[in-house]
Amino acid sequence: MTKVAVEFTLNAREQNEFVESGSTLLAMLRDRLDLYATKAGCHQGTCGACTVIIDGEPHLSCLTLAERCEGREITTLEGLSLDGALHPLQQAFMDGFAAQCGFCTPGMILAAKCLLDRNPEPTRAEIADAISGNICRCTGYEPIIAAILSVAERMRDPVGKRA
Amino acid sequence: MSVTLTAARQARLVPALQAKGGRIVAGGTLAIADLNQGPTSGSALITLDRLGFDQVTAKGGKVTLGAMVTMAKIARDRRLKFLHPVANSIGGPAVRAMATVGGNLFAPAPYGDMAAALLALDAEVTLHDGKTTRKLVIEAFLRQRHKLNKTCIVSVSFASPPAGAFRYFKAVRRKPVSASVVTIAALLPRKAGKIKGARIALGAMAENAVRARKAEAALEGAALDHEAIAAAANLITTETSPADDAYASAWYRREIAPVYFFRLLTA
Repeated sequence: MTKVAVEFTLNAREQNEFVESGSTLLAMLRDRLDLYATKAGCHQGTCGACTVIIDGEPHLSCLTLAERCEGREITTLEGLSLDGALHPLQQAFMDGFAAQCGFCTPGMILAAKCLLDRNPEPTRAEIADAISGNICRCTGYEPIIAAILSVAERMRDPVGKRA
Repeated sequence: MSVTLTAARQARLVPALQAKGGRIVAGGTLAIADLNQGPTSGSALITLDRLGFDQVTAKGGKVTLGAMVTMAKIARDRRLKFLHPVANSIGGPAVRAMATVGGNLFAPAPYGDMAAALLALDAEVTLHDGKTTRKLVIEAFLRQRHKLNKTCIVSVSFASPPAGAFRYFKAVRRKPVSASVVTIAALLPRKAGKIKGARIALGAMAENAVRARKAEAALEGAALDHEAIAAAANLITTETSPADDAYASAWYRREIAPVYFFRLLTA
């Protein structure tokens, strides 16, 4: 199998890898880099479990060739917490019982992060659209939407923002 | 394995690679999903990321979308406001960040909503065959698309529609994201209050996006009133051959297409 050198930024750290040509980013994250937060679901781009952030936009790592990540900035769920402290979205998902089996949770949180980074004051409909590519079979979506709304409200509140 | 072409001049290599069984990967939402289904043939995957096919130009009333322009890029471009409902109706945000204009022209029914919109807009597809660049009207392209295995799409171009002349609706079973039950794109330019040059395209109503020519003829020269719209709605499914699939039966598609068409044009 042909190997290709790829340089990219992963969770704010520069990374160099030799990847099998034609292999996916999902495979690289889980099988080579032992980053298991990104879940392997449908491999068809339908379930959203493998969502990562590439250059600020949500991408499906199961459909992204690893070698196409050359020079790009990738964030997985492992890159969200800072010095052991959970990201506000992670905390809100825990506090609001927005995770049950947890399989969709990393993709949901990263999809939500992309939304809040671009639009800090989303409507409920905008949140529903932002997570529309991420399937959850446990929660009924309502706690997830409520958790994302609560983070948006907290981020708008100057006191909450400081916290 | 994959082959990443690294400069615009290498576009000439694409047809030769295709001739050897190479497969173009644009956004990856179709090609990689397909490859993930089973063992790969070992042929090359051809990525076009660095060929400069990701530009949008809108000058002098003409819009050109590079083949690698994504749905997300269209949805952010203020010059393409009339296309925002189309781009935003395709997949969730992650799909929209990856799915490309060129790739969408190969999406099988009930997908390919941008193809339906581009058919209504009378787009022209620019193709490169390794030596020369040629243009093909989109209807001919859609008919021949699976035979065009020694060419790559460079861009699509169309005249910017007059304000309010382009309308779009996608009926789905689950909002906000689902494949199409029926997609309707209509270009209805008016001159002195009468419709002149109507183009109506339907998605998910046949193997490819198709024109509804009888409905177009019913609207031609008419005012956009209830009577003319009702007459066109009665003809909207006459040239279609929808499939039964997980999203809808062919019967259901034929039943609702006239209803949504009427609503779209009377809104």
